[in-house]
Amino acid sequence: MNAFPWLSAIVFTPWIGALILALLPKLSPAASRGLALLFSFSTLAFGLLAASGFNASQAGYQLVEQHRWISSLNVDYHLGLDGMSLLLVLLTGIVSPAGLLASWRDERDTRLFGLFFLLLQGAALGVFLALDFFPWFLFWELSLVPAFFLIKLWGGPGATRAAYQFVVYTIGGSAFMLMGFAAIYAATGTLSFVQLGQLAAQGQLVAKLSSLSGFWPTAVFLGVFLGLAVKVPLFPFHSWLPPAYAEAPTGGSMFLTGVMSKMGVYGFLRILWPLFPTQLHAAAQPLLWLALGGVVFGAFAAMRQTDLKRMVAYSSINHLSYCLLALFAVAAAGTTNTAATSSALSGALLQMFNHGLSASALFFCVGALEARSGGLRGLNDFGGARTAAPVFAGLCGFAMFSSLGLPGLNGFIGEFLIFRGVWGLTPWAAAVGCLGLFATALFLLTFWQRVFHGPRKGAVAGEFADASKLELTVLVPLAALMLLFGLLPQLLVGLFNPLVATWASHLLP
Amino acid sequence: MNLPVQLLWLIPALPLVAAGIGALTPRGGRPIAAGAAIAALIGSFILSCLALKTALVDPAAHLTANFSWFDLGTGTFRLGWLLDPLNAFMCVMVTFVGTLIFIFSLGYMKEDANFTRFFCFLSLFAAAMLGIVVANSLLLLFVSWELVGLASYLLIGFWFHKPEAAAAAKKAFITTRIGDLGLLLGMLWLYDRTGTLLFFDNGAGCLEAGALAGLSSATLCSGLAVSTAIGLLIFCGAVGKSGQFPLHVWLPDAMEGPTPVSALIHAATMVAAGVFLVARVYPLMSADQALTNVPLHALTVVAAIGAITALMGAVIAVAQNDIKRVLAFSTVSQLGYMMLALGVGSWVAAIFHLLTHAFFKALLFLGAGSVIHAAHHEQDIRQLGGLGPKLKVTFATFAVGMLALAGFPFLFSGFWSKEAILHAAEGWEVSHLPLIAGLIAVVLTAFYMTRLVSETFFGHGRSHASEHAHESPAVMTVPLAILAACSVLIGFVGTPAWPWLQSQLTGEPVHPHGWFEGAGLMMLSILLVAFGIGAGLAIYARRTRVTASQRDPIEAKAPSLFAFLGARMKLDELYAATVGKVNSALAVVSDGLDRYVWAGIVNFLGRLGEFAGVVYREADEEGLNGGFDTGSETLREAGKVYSRSQTGDAHAYLRALAVGFVVLVLVITLGGLR
Repeated sequence: MNAFPWLSAIVFTPWIGALILALLPKLSPAASRGLALLFSFSTLAFGLLAASGFNASQAGYQLVEQHRWISSLNVDYHLGLDGMSLLLVLLTGIVSPAGLLASWRDERDTRLFGLFFLLLQGAALGVFLALDFFPWFLFWELSLVPAFFLIKLWGGPGATRAAYQFVVYTIGGSAFMLMGFAAIYAATGTLSFVQLGQLAAQGQLVAKLSSLSGFWPTAVFLGVFLGLAVKVPLFPFHSWLPPAYAEAPTGGSMFLTGVMSKMGVYGFLRILWPLFPTQLHAAAQPLLWLALGGVVFGAFAAMRQTDLKRMVAYSSINHLSYCLLALFAVAAAGTTNTAATSSALSGALLQMFNHGLSASALFFCVGALEARSGGLRGLNDFGGARTAAPVFAGLCGFAMFSSLGLPGLNGFIGEFLIFRGVWGLTPWAAAVGCLGLFATALFLLTFWQRVFHGPRKGAVAGEFADASKLELTVLVPLAALMLLFGLLPQLLVGLFNPLVATWASHLLP
Repeated sequence: MNLPVQLLWLIPALPLVAAGIGALTPRGGRPIAAGAAIAALIGSFILSCLALKTALVDPAAHLTANFSWFDLGTGTFRLGWLLDPLNAFMCVMVTFVGTLIFIFSLGYMKEDANFTRFFCFLSLFAAAMLGIVVANSLLLLFVSWELVGLASYLLIGFWFHKPEAAAAAKKAFITTRIGDLGLLLGMLWLYDRTGTLLFFDNGAGCLEAGALAGLSSATLCSGLAVSTAIGLLIFCGAVGKSGQFPLHVWLPDAMEGPTPVSALIHAATMVAAGVFLVARVYPLMSADQALTNVPLHALTVVAAIGAITALMGAVIAVAQNDIKRVLAFSTVSQLGYMMLALGVGSWVAAIFHLLTHAFFKALLFLGAGSVIHAAHHEQDIRQLGGLGPKLKVTFATFAVGMLALAGFPFLFSGFWSKEAILHAAEGWEVSHLPLIAGLIAVVLTAFYMTRLVSETFFGHGRSHASEHAHESPAVMTVPLAILAACSVLIGFVGTPAWPWLQSQLTGEPVHPHGWFEGAGLMMLSILLVAFGIGAGLAIYARRTRVTASQRDPIEAKAPSLFAFLGARMKLDELYAATVGKVNSALAVVSDGLDRYVWAGIVNFLGRLGEFAGVVYREADEEGLNGGFDTGSETLREAGKVYSRSQTGDAHAYLRALAVGFVVLVLVITLGGLR
């Protein structure tokens, strides 16, 4: 098992698919779709294979591939898998095919769509698996190109502006991160996350950066922080998100919220926190406020949206802010309350996965509503859809209740553990965060009530089909997974618990 | 045969499986869905009886079966099942009353197109409630608690095509969720302090002496014991779920659901959950009782909220005209009694009243359902009337329920459990206000129930619907009869002369106190009941309403008061004007910040970038490019001059060539380039 480069296979199989699509310009739409879906599924297949060979009781990197790449820059092609990466690889493996299926009926240049989609998928996987900044940053930036085109070419009427804003904003953030790492390289001569993490743990990273100039440690921290904060996004760096998510085609929105938003959180956990624990600790109080800002403002802003896609987009801001809330609370506490710390971190990881499932399912549902109404997706464009389409309504309800954290479904456990940890570390933050939980229930139930309840009206008044086979193919497995992970969170926690235990015991400032 | 605690999970699991079957059954599979639901609940009932038998072997013991749910850091997160007399009695009650309600629903929902879905939701509801009851972990209780919320949401909004039903369902979910956030915070705090959410765990549970000592000895800056604060936060959840003031507003609206759902919510499940929760965590709630230097005891708040709710519910019920809403506010009021009992220190009396109330309130709601069914879905008591002779069984059983609720002496269960509560309130050292509130509510309860029965069953039919009413089928009346019998009999297990229930619940022998101890209070409350019923009969039965539009006698005397109470003291309006407004203001602010500030800053930066671009371009054009432009211009001018020589004349070209050649030769020969 070790001889085979599993991780490279995970990263590059989607790109091979993209290459094949690129080389076959005459491919029929149906064949393009099939091919793209097949290669998209490879992630789940390889991910599960890797998971079967994964020693879950071990916290370190496994299935490591390390080869010298650019000797003069001391850059390695270095991939590794730990519990967190595995979780996100599996999530990508679930969300990506679902996203492709969501745009299955889109007739506009299916080959190119599949191509970009696979490129995006591979880039995201590279981000989750690369352990050297150089390849990591390549994947990180490369993901923007296909995402840009997916939004611009297949998006809604405002897509061009949204796509530009998304890319320019994100690249703006990344530029600071790149400069930060240039400084790190100048100071340490390495870009390996592992080596840098060791240096940071010994306190040498800051010392070496300071030797360049006194302000570098802070400047580099801020640069890296900015790059990641825009990507997640952390409030108030989020203003690109609602238009981008809203204008993207359904499949694109699903991938953006399901996977791409996790890249930022992943970066916080993989890079910023291990490399700059003291700086993060120092900055954590104001950052907690920002995370709470995302939790509360995100949820309340969602309440005001009449565009369902924008509503779900804002709810994503709210949900992702919980992950960062947990991290910042851990960083802020500086105590050794390991029980609370491991709760908060386990919760954050679970939340990443669970949000990926529920938010992409919600986007899928909104897409299904759009497909039935000829592109309408206003809160008031529907009514009584549950009468017309009971099965679809039930499945959509699964996603919705999962998203609002109903116990028994997957969303609850992550949020519970986050709140449990945050309460133990900074109780006031948990208390304020509750407002977000309340508002989430309010706007999601409003969504549900307006669209599905009441007499049939608006787009539902005429013909309104129940869930198609295609929709069932996507929603039933997603709903089943929501229930499964809600009842047996150990299936996920077991993957990363040793890692969390290590973090909780070693990484505290 | 006993049921070991390890198999206790079967009790909620059976209805849960039935719910799954119901969910997967197509609309045509009515017998399958209903059969599975009823069979599962009967199975759970049998198991509950066996569990009760197990629990009563040693009533003082808390049997537990804990298991690991998932790993958490270096430890594991554990859940578990618990069996003691408290929850064993609850299980028996929930499954028994639930079964009767399920059977009644067979008849009541016969015409409904979504019959199978209804039974699916009912089973889910029962399963969630039983989950609350058998949980040995506050988290597991919370999970089931929220599932009760979900099931009630689905059932209150069962006729979701009606906008009122959809709104009521949402209101119930949101209002109870406000309380649940308190419960969540209390749970987080408890977990953080004690490191466990298991109630009982061989001395290490959060309700056991070790943990409680730590909680009550620690104080907050305000002087409040930590256990008090946690207890009050948990109590918030109970306030929401059990319809206590100020979160009771969802309960009357919940009447939008089908009537069997109202019976289930108001009797066996949901609202009982809050009372049960407080009783379950009673060691925590009362941990601060021994402290004398604290500003507040948790139970004092419970008693105050209970007393306010008991009184408020009874007052509002007087002015309601919808048969189900009268009953809804009577539930609010009765739940207030239970909380009052918990607050004044007698959780046993609260549970006794919870059990008796479950039977007679289920009876009353199902009776109301039978009336509504018979009267073609007319619920306004002004439109009804004269139903007594037409619906003999319904009338007789409803009367039993009414007398039990009113606390008619000696024969009816409600009398005994209410007496137990009043007796406990009398013995409370802090204040006698709860007792006074309770006694006033006794009069009002007897009065409004008499009004309800008189308006509904006496006099003449005042509408087409009530004139042509027919008795419901046996599938509906038989459950009524069984519940009526129970509403009488259940009271005798806890009379002062034979306090069997009390001694089983506490695990200690409770000495029967004679008829004379507390007889004064009993006499007083009997007089109050008599006065309430008498006044009700005098006002409503002596001269029954003639037409539907005729004003209520009280309305005629005090129209504004009646209207105020009829509008439920305008609390909904108050909330809409405060909480609702704050909410929407927050939403507007968040959205506005987003649109204009955060996006504004980014757009400003973008504009700044564009501006910089323009500046650079201008600088390029004028400065850098300017030089090139000048140069090119010169070249172009030069080109113009030279182009004049391009005449197209071959001779001229040759001439030029010859001249050039000569010049070249001259240059070479003169050696200029050598």
